[in-house]
Amino acid sequence: MSTLDKTASLAELAGEVRNGMTLGIAGWGARRKPMAFIRELLKTDVKDLTVVSYGGADVGMLASAGKIRKLIFAFVSLDAIPLEAHFRRARQAGEFEVMELDEGMFQDGLKAAAKRLPFMPTRAGIGTDIVRLSPQLKYIQSPYEDGETLIAMPALNLDLAVAHVNEADRQGNSWIAGPDPFFDEWFCRAAERSFLTAERIVETSAFDDPAKTVRMPIERSLVERVAEARFGAHPSSCSPDYGFDLAHLKAYSDATGEAWAGYRGEFVDGVDLDSYVEKVGGPDAISCLPMPVF
Amino acid sequence: MSDTDYSLAELCIAAGAECFRDEGEVMITVIGLVPRIAGSIAKASFNPGLMMTDGEYFLVSEPVPVGPRDGYEPKKEGIMNYERVFDIVSRGQRHCFVGPVQIDRFGQMNISVIGDYAAPKASLLGARGYPGNSINNRNSMFVPSHTTRAFVEGEVDMVCSAGYNPERYPDGKVGKYVDLRRIVTNLCVMDFGGKDNAIRVISLHPGVSFEEVQDNTGFELERIDGLAETTAPTAEQLALIAKFDPHNQRATVFRGNPPGRRAS
Repeated sequence: MSTLDKTASLAELAGEVRNGMTLGIAGWGARRKPMAFIRELLKTDVKDLTVVSYGGADVGMLASAGKIRKLIFAFVSLDAIPLEAHFRRARQAGEFEVMELDEGMFQDGLKAAAKRLPFMPTRAGIGTDIVRLSPQLKYIQSPYEDGETLIAMPALNLDLAVAHVNEADRQGNSWIAGPDPFFDEWFCRAAERSFLTAERIVETSAFDDPAKTVRMPIERSLVERVAEARFGAHPSSCSPDYGFDLAHLKAYSDATGEAWAGYRGEFVDGVDLDSYVEKVGGPDAISCLPMPVF
Repeated sequence: MSDTDYSLAELCIAAGAECFRDEGEVMITVIGLVPRIAGSIAKASFNPGLMMTDGEYFLVSEPVPVGPRDGYEPKKEGIMNYERVFDIVSRGQRHCFVGPVQIDRFGQMNISVIGDYAAPKASLLGARGYPGNSINNRNSMFVPSHTTRAFVEGEVDMVCSAGYNPERYPDGKVGKYVDLRRIVTNLCVMDFGGKDNAIRVISLHPGVSFEEVQDNTGFELERIDGLAETTAPTAEQLALIAKFDPHNQRATVFRGNPPGRRAS
């Protein structure tokens, strides 16, 4: 009997990214971001990416590393730290093109791509500068009696999507333990290829549990590769395993401009995941990071 | 308790709660301390039908106090993941009470960039959900510093949310679901009940004159007939405010935590 084994290393995942790709990064703000993958990507010489993200430090790090040619976004924020310092610096310097969207129409773009449709109609954006600033957004008129003018949100077709989950098996089945799956499923559906990083690689039998199966939105046929990355969302949160690391996010936020090289040197370049985990306090300390309270 | 014994923050919270008085069974999204406490006291007093979250993932059956929980466990009544939020937005069953950086005379709001779009002087959050919220839902606003920098002349630097400017719409007509309700500031309460939805002052905080409000606004304001003082919070409201803000974070909203009734 042949087996389906999609496991790979983080470096192998990052090695699949090519110059100029459109990369979708799942998660939301400072929550469940595939940060171990992002740090691995920083080590490569890939450039000119079109990044599609509900952005947090993933966008900030790629911006400071000069890897973004175009950013498709609705916000970039670290939640508890509302303004993302690295994104701000790069955005104010005009270092990349932007396509700024409403959060909901962003989702519509992923869903259009997922359904292999050219666009999804939406009202979001009408009456605002969103339409003026992104000439690729076109109006469409309802063909029915109402005749309403809507926006045709174009499909956000991704070359590659990467999501971080709590558990995955070798075949690409996966479980998101936190209460909000965000749009991870839609990133994967919108993408030609999808990679998962997971807190734990488990046996398939670990999913033989009805309470778990309701939180398994990404079917394995969407998933090409799986890499184990314990604490791989740090410094973002991975509910309920750990909250976000506010102290680290503050230190990261202070490391813009000339200070970025120091941060990279300490936490990225030549640092594998195990060493990273030790540098940021070790497994016990990360496991104790509290869930955010708002 | 004397009727002067309340802070400006508490006055704004009580005035903010009024944004939700006539709402039905809708979800309120309350961004920032004053909107959050305002929504909480509205739900806990005159409008129990309002739906709120714990600020994170769950719908809660009673408002969650702000700040450290000290053992309090939110009382969940459902889940409110982001995908569901966007479904509610599309259906129009939401009232957002938000804190924009700039507002113009059309009620258009900005939280994205200040200055030139390509290389802005200040990059802020991004448009977030403002475009969808404003074209689909009710919106109210809290502005803690009523100045001409917040209430700008002309239009805001980036129009993130749809307002009452017909020229912004492809068919020249304001969107049918655009519904801006109230603006609460450190000086007054305003609504959009003027001519062609112009912003008008509907109450002045004690000790504030209409002229002071106008001088701090970058466009011409209307005023209602018989313009009076903003209603002071009741003793019941002050008790609820204390209940939902047990660590007195509201004392940090305005520098020096001034009283609601200015010293004359």
